[in-house]
Amino acid sequence: MAIKTFLESIRDTMHDEMARDERVFVLGEDVGVTGGVFRATEGLYEKFGADRAIDTPLAELSIIGIAIGAAAVGMRPIAEIQFADFIHPAFDQIVNEAAKMRYRSNAGWECPLVIRTPYGGGVHGGLYHSQSIEAFFCHSPGLYVVAPSTPRDAKGLLLSAIRNPDPVLFLEHKKLYRSIKGEVPDGEYTIPLGRADVKRAGSDITAIAYGAMLHETLNAAEQLAREGIEVEVVDLRTLFPLDRETILTSVRKTSKVCIIHEDTKTMGLGAEVAAIISEEAFGDLDAPIRRVTGPDLPGIPFNETGEHAFLPNAEKIATALRELARY
Amino acid sequence: MNTSLDLHALYRAMLLTRLLDERLWQLNRQGKAHFAVPVAGHEGVAGYAFALDHARDYMLPHYRDLAALVAWGLTPREIFLSLFAKLNDLSSAGRQMFAHWSLPDRRVLSLSSPQPNHVTHAVGIALAGKIRRENIVVWTGFGEGSSSKGDIHESMNFAAIHKLPVIFCCENNRYAISVPQEKQMAVQNVADRAAGYGMPGVVVNGAHALEVYECAREAIERARRGDGPTFIEIKVYRFMPHTSNDDDRRYRSREEVDAARLNDPVVLLREKLIAEKLWDAARDTALQKDLHAEIDEGQAFAEASPSPTAADAFTNVYAT
Ligand SMILES: Cc1ncc(C[n+]2csc(CCOP(=O)(O)OP(=O)(O)O)c2C)c(N)n1
Ligand SMILES: [Mg+2]
Repeated sequence: MAIKTFLESIRDTMHDEMARDERVFVLGEDVGVTGGVFRATEGLYEKFGADRAIDTPLAELSIIGIAIGAAAVGMRPIAEIQFADFIHPAFDQIVNEAAKMRYRSNAGWECPLVIRTPYGGGVHGGLYHSQSIEAFFCHSPGLYVVAPSTPRDAKGLLLSAIRNPDPVLFLEHKKLYRSIKGEVPDGEYTIPLGRADVKRAGSDITAIAYGAMLHETLNAAEQLAREGIEVEVVDLRTLFPLDRETILTSVRKTSKVCIIHEDTKTMGLGAEVAAIISEEAFGDLDAPIRRVTGPDLPGIPFNETGEHAFLPNAEKIATALRELARY
Repeated sequence: MNTSLDLHALYRAMLLTRLLDERLWQLNRQGKAHFAVPVAGHEGVAGYAFALDHARDYMLPHYRDLAALVAWGLTPREIFLSLFAKLNDLSSAGRQMFAHWSLPDRRVLSLSSPQPNHVTHAVGIALAGKIRRENIVVWTGFGEGSSSKGDIHESMNFAAIHKLPVIFCCENNRYAISVPQEKQMAVQNVADRAAGYGMPGVVVNGAHALEVYECAREAIERARRGDGPTFIEIKVYRFMPHTSNDDDRRYRSREEVDAARLNDPVVLLREKLIAEKLWDAARDTALQKDLHAEIDEGQAFAEASPSPTAADAFTNVYAT
């Protein structure tokens, strides 16, 4: 078992899978010679050559469209969108083409495509290097949306994503790349898509999070534990389709729920999770469902005060959890 | 002229397409089909299908390329199954509107409605072919209206950089529904743009299927040699409304349409074959009779075949 950063885990997983399966290749802006602006594809060009680590023009629509064509004829492309903020020119290709390929052809064709993209704030990225984009894409049946929070999960989920016969949007919170280290088991293992994970067991409150907020939530849970409140932390890991069972099992145990995400509040993931809980476990609730999220603003300000004001953190989460505990 | 071209097969495909087109329109007008996409005037595109290698090449056609698809092996039965949105429709099991073709067994990738989204896919297929060192050519078609969208720019740029074996085929019928060419672009020929991407741009008269064939053959040979993509602009005219939901009297005169009909690709090829003593009126009558019978049989077959059930709407969202 090695200790790796989130970034190293992702990079090594791509490397190993490209070595194992010659259908796998990466394409995107700067993913070749320079190894990606975050270095996530470092070494792939040297090892696998220009044919399998393809530096593309600055053109997101075609990065995805080309990957879709290659996937349809049996390749296993991993397309990188340099920043999630720039994925929107490819929205049509992802939602209208990749996500619908199997359904519309009645499985005559499929689209085994992975789209990796760094998202999220907290790194002084301003409006256009900080966005959370998951809510746009979690409204598109046919597509998987995955957002790991640990190096171990990143490996298992990325392997599943690459081997999955359907398209996967693989969201990598950029703040985790170098700040989070953890144990990554050696050798091959996959983590099934569509399964959440209880990252911390507890009996008093269920806190549901993913990505960078998972770590803020774990910190908050630590604080509350010192105050005698046991928080169960559920890491969604796959944002679409959601793991209703794990969510509901935890809620039935604790009867109180707080949902945490960095993305803006209205129509965010939390809204759907809350709706599932009220439809399926209303009778088990002892308190109204709480949400701790980014505010409904057009973007995350570049200045530090503004960025801080936008982002949920362990303090804000802990406050909400305490209130919930007292309810 | 390439002697391997079977002129009778070319004419047959074009004539069958014309007769099918008339039937599809009638069925729509009778309320038996929700949607029809007329292709009359575009039949010359059958020429390119004869220039491709049916055993290995890919075709991602324009939605008005029924003639090319018929030449590629799409049968009347298959066409009517799509028209009536039947369960056994190969393209989509009745999920997609008519003319959204998908023939997995013939390397026609599933097409969507947003135009021209499939063009980047064609480039991706060619890229896969290059990575795997397959000697394939990928043909992709789209209208001149669709050529305004950025997909075309990104696709041509990428294909040219990597010298990919893609043929970009723009069918210029001078209208995007009602919007005439002069409101779509400031150039005469869409093909003029090809130079800006570093690939040849060729203009061909689509009323003459043999010219389309010749031009396609050259481009395909070039692509197969590894010399990269070609942009072909086929000048055509759409004789009928855009679709069954359009009324073209709102935006073009009957005089204009009638004048264009004088250059009917099906008639022009028939006359050419007759002039060269390769065809005659008696054979034409006999062929028309055969084709009508084939169409009747295909229609009857599809009408009798099952429609999807409600449960069928819920399958094949994901593999598992
Ligand atoms: C992205 C997109 N915008 C609008 C439409 C609606 N639409 C369908 S066909 C069409 C005109 C296309 O014209 P052209 O590409 O010249 O093809 P033609 O129908 O003339 O053969 C339009 C506007 C569409 N299908 N996709
Ligand atoms: Mg047009």
